[in-house]
Amino acid sequence: MGLQPYLLLSAAVFCIGLFGVTTRRNTIGILLGIELMMNAVNINLVAFARYTAVASGMVFTVFTICITVTEAALGLAIVILLFRVRRTVMADHLDLLKG
Amino acid sequence: MMANPGTLALVALLSPVLSFLVLSIVFPLRRLGRPAACFSILCAAVAFASAVMAWRIQSVAAHPVHLVWPWLPSAGKTLADIGVFVDAQSSIMLCLVSLVALLVQFYSVGYLHDEPAGALGRYYAYQSLFAFSMMGLTLAPNLLQLFMCWELVGLCSYLLIGYWYQRESAARAAVKAFWITKAGDVGLLVGIVMLWRLTGTFDLAELHSLAATNAGPLAGLSIITFCIYLGAMGKSAQFPFHVWLPDAMEGPTPVSALIHAATMVTAGVYLLVRTDWLFALTPNVLLVVAWIGAFTALLAAVLACVQDDIKRVLAYSTVSQLGYMMTAIGAGVAAAGFLHLLTHGLFKALLFLGAGSVIHAVGSNDLPNMGGLARRMPQTATVFIVGTLSLAGIPLFGGYLSKEEILGAVWGAHLTGPFLLLMLVAGLTAFYMFRVVFLAFFGTPSPVAQVTHAHAAHGSHAHGVHATTAGTGARVAHTDLHNEAVVEGAHVNETPHAHEPPATMLLPLWVLALMTMAVGVMSTLHIGAFAQGESTEAAPGWLTPAAVGVALAGILLAWAAYQARAIDAVRLANAFGPIRAAALRKFWIDDVFEAIYTVVLLGFSRIVGWVDRYLVDGVLNLVSDWTVQAGDELRGIQTGKPQDYVYGVGAGVLVLILLMRLVF
Repeated sequence: MGLQPYLLLSAAVFCIGLFGVTTRRNTIGILLGIELMMNAVNINLVAFARYTAVASGMVFTVFTICITVTEAALGLAIVILLFRVRRTVMADHLDLLKG
Repeated sequence: MMANPGTLALVALLSPVLSFLVLSIVFPLRRLGRPAACFSILCAAVAFASAVMAWRIQSVAAHPVHLVWPWLPSAGKTLADIGVFVDAQSSIMLCLVSLVALLVQFYSVGYLHDEPAGALGRYYAYQSLFAFSMMGLTLAPNLLQLFMCWELVGLCSYLLIGYWYQRESAARAAVKAFWITKAGDVGLLVGIVMLWRLTGTFDLAELHSLAATNAGPLAGLSIITFCIYLGAMGKSAQFPFHVWLPDAMEGPTPVSALIHAATMVTAGVYLLVRTDWLFALTPNVLLVVAWIGAFTALLAAVLACVQDDIKRVLAYSTVSQLGYMMTAIGAGVAAAGFLHLLTHGLFKALLFLGAGSVIHAVGSNDLPNMGGLARRMPQTATVFIVGTLSLAGIPLFGGYLSKEEILGAVWGAHLTGPFLLLMLVAGLTAFYMFRVVFLAFFGTPSPVAQVTHAHAAHGSHAHGVHATTAGTGARVAHTDLHNEAVVEGAHVNETPHAHEPPATMLLPLWVLALMTMAVGVMSTLHIGAFAQGESTEAAPGWLTPAAVGVALAGILLAWAAYQARAIDAVRLANAFGPIRAAALRKFWIDDVFEAIYTVVLLGFSRIVGWVDRYLVDGVLNLVSDWTVQAGDELRGIQTGKPQDYVYGVGAGVLVLILLMRLVF
């Protein structure tokens, strides 16, 4: 198999993630979308590493997974705090930055 | 070492500054009052002694002494020196300054005996600073040091006019004197700097040699000398800058004697005497000097005739005599002007101090409150009449020779117009001075010395109500709008009867009177130092009889009007109706100054204010308004919803991609 199917899969996953980020009202859903987009990136990295036979892509992926985990943990912690303070996690209610 | 006139002059210069520094730094001494006065007088005495020794040695040695230190270093050479320059003029002037300063300080002990101790100490500190500044001006070897001291004497004049600063009129007079002389000083500074640009030196001796060899460039010299003359006009109260001097009489009378009669106001004349070789190169400026001098003399003499305040009469007479000196300089005979400066310094100090004793005794400046004082204070009357005769230019008295010299010089220079003006002034001078003598010392003693009654009797005397209650001895704020009758409330006597002043005041009076007489007798009979001083050969023979005749006529008129009452004084006044009315309003000169101030200065500031408020501020306000409005309209795009920002980021990325595809 060539590179193309992997890239198509990655693009599809990225688009699904982006769709989730932009349309979900629930903050948890937005976080899930972000996770999907990160995984799309991971697929890309692994696919290119395999295609070019350079190991650094794999190593990068390991790092990215770690970062994704911490990011998810931090994101959830923020959401929980938000919930405690504002009693809601709906993104369209969280408009404190409104000009 | 001590035989060097330079060192002696330096001692004379530095002893008052020692006194000033001690009095200002050691404030417990200053606040003691009388000990501070003694210390200051001691320093003044040392200054006078060394000044006289310097003069004696210098007049024998007869060559100028430079004792200078480098002051302003500049590339290669020093820009200006600082030190003393002792020659014939500066040493004799030094003697006059230190003599009058000493006598006035001595006199003030008696005159200001009611002052609080702290104020007295302050007075003596200022007096010492003035003595130093004036001597520094006299001895200045270059124009820069001269200018520095020139400003210092102006400051001292301000401080001493405003000595009773609690009184509003005194504070105003001080500010007026400061600003008007300052206007002239700007001219002087410009003149000095322009002269330096032209010749490259400030040094008087170097400038003199340049002028003597005609080595200096002549182009533009007229402007320079005129600028220097402007400074002299301000200081020496020449028309139209004379308005400050009569108001300066708000200060204590001894101050008027020292600063506003004998020394500081003559600084302008002295400056022109010091630089007469420079003015000789610009005859057109000299002509201006002569005409303005003669006009000032006449104007002030006319004004003096209508004053009822004894100090104001003397003030206008000072302005008038300064006009005399200036005319002599304008005629090209600075020596005659300088001689008159010296004699005038003696007899005008005498007159002012005499007027001080009268005021001290009567408690009022107003002539109508006086009368018959000769019987009560014969010594004061005697010395005052000596001063008056000197001022009138009667032979055997101090002012005779110098006045004749000036008239001869002006006639010799073919300045017929100024000469006629000066002759008229000679008559007027005798008239107004003897008017004072007859009103104050002779005639019927009006309820007079009983000041309380005097005010009631003269309540209708155009001054409104004086807020003075004599006998309380309290200083009274004087709110008279016309400033014409200043009551130095501090000196209102406890007793209702006028009497001779204490010995501390009489002694300086007698010293000055005797010196005036000595100078007068010696100069009239051409003995002593005046033996060779015969320079009136240019004057025609009829000059002396004419001048003395005019003076005698003036005296006779005053006698007829105010003593014998042969001529009714009121009818005499009415004969000169319009002139008298104008003179009472000071010929509207003060009003003109006020109008210039109101119209020009305030008008200009209004315009500037408008430009600032509406143009400068307007542009700034417009810009800030636009910014606020733009912000208001742009705030709508900040919704605060996170997903809108994601759309924004996505749109931005798309735009970037499109740009890369299409443009690059």
